[in-house]
Amino acid sequence: MELLRDNNWVLTIGTFLPIVGVLIMLFIPKADEVAHKAVALATAVATLAVGVWTLVLFDYGQAEKLQFVTDVEWISIIKSSYLIGLDGISLPMYFLSMVVTVLVMIYSWDHIPNPGNPKAFLILMLILQTGMAGTFIAQDLVLFFVFFEVVLLPMYFMIGVWGGEQRQYASLKFFLYTMFGSALMLVAFLALFFKTGAESFAIPYLVENGASIARNTQIWIFAGMFIGFAVKVPMFPFHTWLPDAHTQAPTQGSVILAAILLKLGTYGFIRIAIPVLPEAAKEWAPWIGLLAVIGIIYGALGCLAQTDMKRLIAFSSVAHMGFVMLGISTLTPFGFNAALFGMVAHGLITGMLFFVAGSVKERYHTLEIKRLSGMLKQVPRLGWIMGFCAMASLGLPGLAGFWGEFPAILSAYSPAEGLPEETFRTFMVIAAIGTVFAAGYLLWLYQRTAFGEPSAEFTGHGDGHGHGHGHGDGHDDIHDVTKFEWIAWTPLLISIVVFGVYPQLMFDVLDPAVKATLAVFGG
Amino acid sequence: MLSSLLSMVADGDWVSPTIDYHALAPEIVLAAGIVVVLLVDLFTSESNKWLVAPIASFSFLGAFIPVVTLALSDNTMRELFDGRYVVDEFSLVIKGLFILAGYVVVLISTDYLREGDYYQGEYWFLVLTSILGMVMMASSRDLVSIFVALEFLSIPAYMLAAWRKRDLKSNEAGVKYYLLGVFASAIMLYGMSLLYGIANSTLLTDIGETLSGEMTSIRALAVLFVIIGFAFKVSAVPFHTWAPDTYEGAPTPVTAFLSVASKAAGFVALVTVLYVAFPYASDVWQPVMWILSALTMTVGNVLALRQSNIVRMLAYSSISQGGFILMPLAVAGEGAVGQSALRAVVVYLMLYAATNLGVFAIVIAVARKTRSGAISSYGGLFSYAPGLAALMTIFMASLAGIPPLGGWFGKFAAFQAVLSAETNWGYAIAVIGAVNSVVAFGYYGNVLREIWMRPAPDGDTAPVVIQPAIAVALGITALATLVLGTLPGIVSHFGDLASLSRAFGG
Repeated sequence: MELLRDNNWVLTIGTFLPIVGVLIMLFIPKADEVAHKAVALATAVATLAVGVWTLVLFDYGQAEKLQFVTDVEWISIIKSSYLIGLDGISLPMYFLSMVVTVLVMIYSWDHIPNPGNPKAFLILMLILQTGMAGTFIAQDLVLFFVFFEVVLLPMYFMIGVWGGEQRQYASLKFFLYTMFGSALMLVAFLALFFKTGAESFAIPYLVENGASIARNTQIWIFAGMFIGFAVKVPMFPFHTWLPDAHTQAPTQGSVILAAILLKLGTYGFIRIAIPVLPEAAKEWAPWIGLLAVIGIIYGALGCLAQTDMKRLIAFSSVAHMGFVMLGISTLTPFGFNAALFGMVAHGLITGMLFFVAGSVKERYHTLEIKRLSGMLKQVPRLGWIMGFCAMASLGLPGLAGFWGEFPAILSAYSPAEGLPEETFRTFMVIAAIGTVFAAGYLLWLYQRTAFGEPSAEFTGHGDGHGHGHGHGDGHDDIHDVTKFEWIAWTPLLISIVVFGVYPQLMFDVLDPAVKATLAVFGG
Repeated sequence: MLSSLLSMVADGDWVSPTIDYHALAPEIVLAAGIVVVLLVDLFTSESNKWLVAPIASFSFLGAFIPVVTLALSDNTMRELFDGRYVVDEFSLVIKGLFILAGYVVVLISTDYLREGDYYQGEYWFLVLTSILGMVMMASSRDLVSIFVALEFLSIPAYMLAAWRKRDLKSNEAGVKYYLLGVFASAIMLYGMSLLYGIANSTLLTDIGETLSGEMTSIRALAVLFVIIGFAFKVSAVPFHTWAPDTYEGAPTPVTAFLSVASKAAGFVALVTVLYVAFPYASDVWQPVMWILSALTMTVGNVLALRQSNIVRMLAYSSISQGGFILMPLAVAGEGAVGQSALRAVVVYLMLYAATNLGVFAIVIAVARKTRSGAISSYGGLFSYAPGLAALMTIFMASLAGIPPLGGWFGKFAAFQAVLSAETNWGYAIAVIGAVNSVVAFGYYGNVLREIWMRPAPDGDTAPVVIQPAIAVALGITALATLVLGTLPGIVSHFGDLASLSRAFGG
C-alpha cells in the first residue's frame, strides 16, 4: 500500500496536544477552578483546530491511502514502530472524537458533576481524548493496543468517582470486561505477529501477509480479537457492562462512551480483524451477523423494559451497534459504508440523547420515566430537542440515523460472495423488525416524558402537599436550555441534519477506503 | 578440592590467578562501603548516627560508577577465575539494577529508621552486605560461588526481617524466613552435591556439557532439587508460604527490599543455572517451570483478592508477579525462544523493581500518617493527598499491566516470548496469563477504589507529610515507570544486551 507522508506532523500534534494541556493543568492549584476549565477548553479547542486543519490538508482524491504517515522507530526489539496514518475510514472518527471532546468541555463549564474537582475531571478527559484519537490513527498493533488501553483508566475513574449511586460496581464491571477482552486481544495480536513471520506489527504489512496464515489458525486468532472488540462494541452477549456503565456515568462520560468509545470496537473489526484475517472473517461472519441481530432485538426489548431514561438510551445503543455489526458482517463495501456511517450517526445522536438525559436529570433530579411528563410544556426547547433526537435515533429519513440503519439492513440482502445468502436475508428481516421496535420504544419514551401536563410534583403550584416523592424543592431549578447547553449541542444538532440530508458528504470519504480495505476479498 | 589445591601448591605449579580489578570494582566499592559504615557506626556518638545513611547511599552511587565504566569499556566479556566469575553485559545490567534498587531502599528507609528508633548502623551494614551478595550473584558461574553469594545475600535479609526486635510479628517474620530459607538451601545443596558427583566439576559450563548426554533419573533429580531450592527464593507456589508472613511482619522498607531485590536475585540465579548449566535438561525443567508459573500466578492472584492489609496484598501480588516472570521460562528451552525469554525476564525484573519500590514508598508515606496497614485506610487519599493518589494510581496500574505505564511492557515481553515458541504449551500458559492479568486488576483496582471513590476513614483529612528522601524515591520510581512505559525501547535495549554468555553452549 502506498503511504503518503506529507504534513505528517498534524496527526502527532493533534493526538498529543491534550497531554500538553494536562501538563499545564498539573501546575495550577486545585482551587483555581476557572483556570482549569479555561485551560482544558482551550486545549480541546486547539486540538480541534489541528483537527480542522487535518480535514483541510486531507487529500480527498486519495482517501483510500494512508495519509500523514509517520513511521518512527519505537520499540525496535519487538519490531514495533510508531506508525500512524489516516485514511477515509479513520478520518470521520478521528475528527468526531475531537469535536465531542470540545462539546463536552463546553458542557462541563457549568456542569461539573459531584463531587466536583474539575482539575482531576478535566485532566482525565484530556487523557481520554489522546487515547481515543490515538486509537484511530495507530497503524501498528502494539501502538493500537496501547492507545486502546489508555482510555480505560480515565473512564474507570470518571464513572467510579463522578458517577451515580452504583458507580463503584459499574466502573469495576466496565473495567474488568474490557480488560478481559483486551488481554485476549493482545494474545491474538502476538499470535498474528508470529504467524506472519515475526516481521512487523504494522497493520499494512499484516494485511498483506495475514491471508497466508492457515485457515484454522486464522479462526483461532480471530476468536481472540473478536472477544476483545466485541466486548468494546458491545455485542450480545458481552454487553452487560454497558447499561450499568452508561447509567452510572456522569453525563460527560456517557456522551464520550456512546459517541467514541463504543466505536473503538467496531473500528477494530473494520481496521484490523477483518482485513488481516479474511478467511476467518468469512467463517465468522454469519455468527457475527447472528449476534448482531440478537443484539438488535434484545436491545430493543431491553429498552421496552426500562423505567429509567438513561438506561433506556443505553440499551438502545446495544441495538444500534447491532445494526453496525450487521453491516460489518456482510463483508461488502455497501455494508461497511453503512456501518461506518452508522458509527458516526450513532455517535452524534446517542451522544446528544445522553446530553439531554443529563440535563433532564439535572433539572428533575430523576430520570424515572413515569415521574416525568409534559416536558414540552414545561421546558419546550429541551422537549423539542429530545423529540428531534428520538426521531433521528429511530431512523427517520432526512436525519443522520437513517443512513446508518437503512443501508445496513439493505446490505444484508446480498452479503459477500461465499456467505450464506438465506441466512443473511433472514437477518435482514429480523433487523427490519428491530427498527419497528426502535420506533416503538423511542416514541413511547417521548410520549410519556414530553407529552401531557407537567406532573404536579415538579410544577410547584399544583395542590401537591402530599404529592410527589421529591421534597418539593426540585422544581425551583427547572429551566429551559441554557447558554452553555446551546453552544455544546448546536453543532451536534446541525450535523445530524446535514448528514441526514446530504450523506454523500461522508460516503465520499469512506467509500474509497472501504473498497481498498475489502480488496483482500478480491472484490 | 582442598587436597587437590594443596597438591598443586606442593607441586609448585600453583599460579596466583590474575585479577581484573576493574571487573571487580563494584564489589570492591561496596565492600569498602561496608567497612566504612561499620567503622563510622562504631566510633560516632548516638546523635551522629544519621551520618551512616548518606554513607550507605554514596556507597551505592559509588558502586554504580564502575558498572557504567565497565559497560562502556570495549571489553564486554571479562572472565575471572577460569570462568567461575564472569562480568558480561547480562551481569552488568543486573548489577546496575541491584545497586539502584539498593539506593532507592536507602531513600525509603532513612526516615523510617530514624523515627522508629531502630539500630541504624547495623541496618545499613546489613543492606549493603545483602546487595553485595546480589551483585556477586549476577557474576557467579560456579556452584560454589552461587551458593556463597546466595547465603551472602540471604543471611542479612533474615536479620533485617526480624529488625523490629520488640514486635512479635517481626520476630515471626525473621524466624519463618530463616527456617524456610535454610531448608531451601539444604535442598539446593543436595542437588548441587549430586551435580558435582555427576559432572565432577562445580563449573556451570562443565555441568552443562555433562548434562548434554543421556538424561538419567539421578541427573533429573539433581536438576529438580536445585530448581526447587530457587523456587523457595522466588516464592513460587507451592513454596511461597513464608512470603506473606515475612512481608507483613518485616519493617516495610525491608519488605520492599525483599520483594524487589531479593526476589530478583533469586530469579537471576535461577536463570543463570537454567541457561548455563541446564540447557540440555530443558525437558526436565520446562514442565516444572510451566506448572510453577501457572500455579504461582493463579494462586497468588486468588489469595491477593482476599487480603485487607496492603502489605499482605502486595506480598501476594508479588508472588503472582513472580509467576509472570517464570512464564517465559516455561518455554525457554525451545531453540530460539531462549533469548527472548531471557530478555523478558530481565525486562520484567527491571520494570517490576521500579514500580514496586514506588508502591512501598507510598505505603511508608501513608502509613506514617494513618498508622495502619489496612487497605481501607487509603480511603479518600485522593481528596487530601492528590499527588500521592495519582502516583499510587500510576504504580497500581503499572503492576496491573495497563499501558502506557511500565508494567505493561514486562507482561508484553513475557507474552511475546511465550507465544514465539508456537507450541501448544506456550499458547496454554499465555491464555492462563491473560486471564490472570485481568483477575489481578481486582485487587489493584480495589486499592484505587479506596483512594478515589471512598471517603477518608473517620473523616481524617490531615495532609500527608512527605519527607524529602521519600519524595526523591517517588520521583525516581515514578519517572522510571512512566518513561519506560511510553518508551520501552530503552529497557528492552538493556534486556537485549543481557545475553548470558556461554548460554546454550554459545
